[in-house]
Amino acid sequence: MFFDPSLSRNRINKLCTTVAGVFATIAVLPLLLVLLYVLWNGGRLISFQLFTQLPPAPGMEGGGIGNAILGTLIVTAIATLIALPVGVGGGIYLSEYSRSGWFAQAVRFSNDVLAGVPSIISGVFVYGLIVATRVFFNQSYSAMAGGIALAVLMLPTVIKTTDEGLKLVPQELRWGAYGVGASRFVTITRVILPAAFTPIATGAVLAIARAAGETAPLIFTALFSPFWPEGIFNPIATMSVLIFNFAIMPYEAQNALAWTASFVLVVMILAANLLARWIARAARP
Amino acid sequence: MTSDVAIPRADAFTLRRRPASERLLDIGFRQLSLSLAALVGVVLLAIVLTVFHGAREAMATFGLNFLTTSSWDPVNGTYGAFTAIYGTLVSSLLSLLIAVPLGVGTAIFITENLIPKVLRDAIGLMVELLAAIPSVVLGLWAIFVMEPFLRPFLNFLHQVLGWFPLFSTPAQGPGMAPAVLILVVMVLPIITAISRDALNQVPDELRQGAYGVGTTRWGALYSIILPAAVSSITGGIMLALGRAMGETMAVTMIIGNALNFSFSLLAPANTIASMLANQFGEADGIQVSALMYAALILMLLTFTVNVLAQWVVRRLSLRY
Repeated sequence: MFFDPSLSRNRINKLCTTVAGVFATIAVLPLLLVLLYVLWNGGRLISFQLFTQLPPAPGMEGGGIGNAILGTLIVTAIATLIALPVGVGGGIYLSEYSRSGWFAQAVRFSNDVLAGVPSIISGVFVYGLIVATRVFFNQSYSAMAGGIALAVLMLPTVIKTTDEGLKLVPQELRWGAYGVGASRFVTITRVILPAAFTPIATGAVLAIARAAGETAPLIFTALFSPFWPEGIFNPIATMSVLIFNFAIMPYEAQNALAWTASFVLVVMILAANLLARWIARAARP
Repeated sequence: MTSDVAIPRADAFTLRRRPASERLLDIGFRQLSLSLAALVGVVLLAIVLTVFHGAREAMATFGLNFLTTSSWDPVNGTYGAFTAIYGTLVSSLLSLLIAVPLGVGTAIFITENLIPKVLRDAIGLMVELLAAIPSVVLGLWAIFVMEPFLRPFLNFLHQVLGWFPLFSTPAQGPGMAPAVLILVVMVLPIITAISRDALNQVPDELRQGAYGVGTTRWGALYSIILPAAVSSITGGIMLALGRAMGETMAVTMIIGNALNFSFSLLAPANTIASMLANQFGEADGIQVSALMYAALILMLLTFTVNVLAQWVVRRLSLRY
């Protein structure tokens, strides 16, 4: 009994391992290349005026992306304020009140379907429901419409992570709380939710980070604006739409701003992802 | 005899009735969470109804010819989505063809103990972070870095294989081929993550049994481990297919948004999602309706694929 590397099965083994290694290298390559270019093309242009100035008119030099940074924060905040309460509430119902009823199954199925709806469809939906009908003070494109479109995309993630996070809470905690006479409401809000804080917070941070980078639902809901935000019922600039608009412009100043906005956006999103990982890690015993 | 232990008086135990306010809060909270859960279904229904309502005019005008004709002519008001539907299917299927071996191979590489754990975790982390990069940033990278870099290779393909319809035009910039490659980058993390979870869930006893009877690592993988994980991996691939069909920004920026049909992979093409992203803002009249019709088709496609994915996971799962 000895190992003979020239056996065909050992050769095939070696070949397959090499191929898998090459595949893994190829899979990692895009991230490294994209990060490299974003850091190089965007990072070297970072300056203070970038955060305080408006984008230049086509053909002009200089300027910043202050309005787009602010706009991304506003639109993402609107989406979070809608999707987080709705998602956590819905998740609570699924996990605490109706684990396996037909209604819960139907909601879970709808949630999975909603999670698979392409992001552009969410934009089309909000356009048809809110922008074209001008329901908000007769305004068509608005930050509010963009926020709602993003909320539609965030909702399935938040519900799913809440549902699964609450299911992980040991049954003994619920029995204990009921045993000392707590009502259902108190049990859920004071005992179960804090116990499931980590998975819910992780999911929420990831959903917010994802929403901040979404472009497709915003192109024809929040639109774009070359000015500072004028309230949430007017069109608003966001970094993602700025990147899209400026990338296809034939001006170098605009292209450079697109790279810079990418840099700011990627740094924000990767930071949020690492934060989510840190939350998940910190809670582990 | 006296005792130090204070015996509570009998009337200290009372049955405390819940105050009405507390019960109201309980019921109210239950109803609130119920309605929030129901909102998911309402939103989904509202999406379908809104898109369907918007598409009615175009459905009445063009009927099913919409699916098979490729003239998209806002001037004359005739619309057919064949180019976009073809582009959606071809781009997503081709990207999967490349991404599935890469993704599953990577997943195997980082679940089986081929390399040190630190390295495996690092690769896993990087693939997950790749999924976090916004699609519009990948599009920007594709326009300015990937496509110019690839163009000589694509043109070489055209020179050598130009007689073949798929490579019959020179690569002049945006087109189907770069779009497929950027889609590979976008679906790779999904396939890798799901395959990795699936492989991790295969019980260790199966591996040990396989190695115990003297098979090689890849013998065990091909005949024991991969078959045990095949249902989840297939489900993940279907989910990735759904994602690829609906992917918008990166594809829009690099596919060229051609309105004319071409077989060539090197020529500009179009997908339903990129057509929506490009035209929806400026469209009016019947064009909006035609775009809604296309959106409805895209929804049907992704819905079918996603439901099939769930069915596959349930149906194919092996009992071990």
